[in-house]
Amino acid sequence: MSEPSIEAVHLSRRFGSFLAVDDVSFSVARGEIFGYLGANGAGKSTTIRMLCGLLAPTAGEARVAGFDVKSAPESVKSSIGYMSQKFSLYLDLPVRDNIDFFGGAYGLSGPDFAARADEVLRLCDLEAERYATTGSLPGGIRQRLALGCAILHRPAVLFLDEPTAGVDPVSRRHFWRFIRALAREGTTIFVTTHYLDEAEYCGRIGLMVDGRLVALDTPAALKRRYVPGRVLAVRGRNLASAAASLRSRSGIIAVEPFGAGLHLQVAAADWDLASITHALTNAGAQAVEVEAGEPTLEDVFLAVVARPRDGEAHAP
Amino acid sequence: MLGRDPAQGGPAVRESLGLMPQQASLYPDLSVAENLRFFARLYCLPRALFRERSLRLLDITRLGPFLDRRADALSGGMYKKLALACALLHRPEVLLLDEPTNGVDPVSRRELWALLYELVHDGMTVLLSTPYMDEAERCHRVGLIHHGRLLLDGEPRALLAKFEDETYEVEGGERDRVDERLSSLSDVHAASPAGSTLRITVARGSAGTVATALTPLHASLRPVVPNFEDLFLARVRPEAAA
Repeated sequence: MSEPSIEAVHLSRRFGSFLAVDDVSFSVARGEIFGYLGANGAGKSTTIRMLCGLLAPTAGEARVAGFDVKSAPESVKSSIGYMSQKFSLYLDLPVRDNIDFFGGAYGLSGPDFAARADEVLRLCDLEAERYATTGSLPGGIRQRLALGCAILHRPAVLFLDEPTAGVDPVSRRHFWRFIRALAREGTTIFVTTHYLDEAEYCGRIGLMVDGRLVALDTPAALKRRYVPGRVLAVRGRNLASAAASLRSRSGIIAVEPFGAGLHLQVAAADWDLASITHALTNAGAQAVEVEAGEPTLEDVFLAVVARPRDGEAHAP
Repeated sequence: MLGRDPAQGGPAVRESLGLMPQQASLYPDLSVAENLRFFARLYCLPRALFRERSLRLLDITRLGPFLDRRADALSGGMYKKLALACALLHRPEVLLLDEPTNGVDPVSRRELWALLYELVHDGMTVLLSTPYMDEAERCHRVGLIHHGRLLLDGEPRALLAKFEDETYEVEGGERDRVDERLSSLSDVHAASPAGSTLRITVARGSAGTVATALTPLHASLRPVVPNFEDLFLARVRPEAAA
């Protein structure tokens, strides 16, 4: 088996007394789409900065595209592409000038680069916007430009840090189609996202909680392990008060308002569609309809990332 | 807006309005506590009331431990939560949220929704914009705007009931190959990932044709209940193609 494209071994990073990344180990194969998930502040961005050679680890080590992030950070940087949630583009420049700028930053020039720039404009469907001022373009198009800038130098590993924040569903579909094509051609993809329907595109997912990697597996295996119960969608009238009485019953794992209805997660041994309908009706709900749902990665995330209570709030 | 023209109403309208803009709206060099105090003063909130409300908002947003952190040092999700807290301090009658959950993690997102349901239950009107259809489905009523035109307006359930396409999950087959095959079929209006397979929206009555096309790839179709994203993708598709 060939060397993994990304390998982190006991990677840690401390800021003063705060341990942002705590003893994290994983490896990502060439051409794999690896999702790195966690709450805001869980240590995702700190991990990415270390893997990109931008921040030295306090302990442990990492190799990216065959280079050690500590001893060869410059080689790491030239082997990777990075696209951030803020898209990091010059908004007052035309599209093509942004491409030239990022090409220059990677040391690309001459006819080869001109050909590659045209190719990237075509791949990212930006040919019509070539002369448009970047700041005047909608989010979905800026996103394609940011991606184009990140792959100009044909990186072996592409880091995507919340690449689709605020982008419409149609653009997100196109974006992921393109990312999957890159992965098929051998580019390793390391992606963070808060939109867990997108995490379904990942071959494997790592879940970070408070700096630690607490789960790592395929989406299907994570669901089997962390969402063992039945997921139910409920509609009807007077659901809110009926749901409150349900919360305390055994076998009720989660109750959540959803639009005018409810989403429930229940232990399969204790509850089925009929018994839930019965219980809610007895508690005063009317016209109750219950439908089986599919567990999502969001259910997994919520099961794994239990809400940490960080001390009592005091008045500002 | 509350019976007045917002362009003419001036302060009277703005007093009953809470706004959480999409762009940065807080003072970056002020701390969490300072931003809250600043907004409280703008709305002339009495000290005792400010204390009570800010404690509650800090508890809900879990910003309590970060009172001294500057706004520009907050993560995306924390910043959004602070902006929301600032918009809620004066208990507005109407709350406007412009893409409130961009960059917000799923736990905080569900908490934000729990809070919104609570506010609505207490009588607040909430208008929010979102590019995420699972969130749209959480609303009591949705309007779908595309290229400046309102394409749909109604309850998510009612809109879905009128949805004419059929939705299926593809079982078996290799996802990328299936996806490639599907993209060449005009009856397939949308395809999106569902676990290791795909979820597709097809023209009513065309499932047989699509299934036949997938047979050589050892894939088959299983009917599923359409959701709002299926509806959105199918509805904007002809617009995007135009």
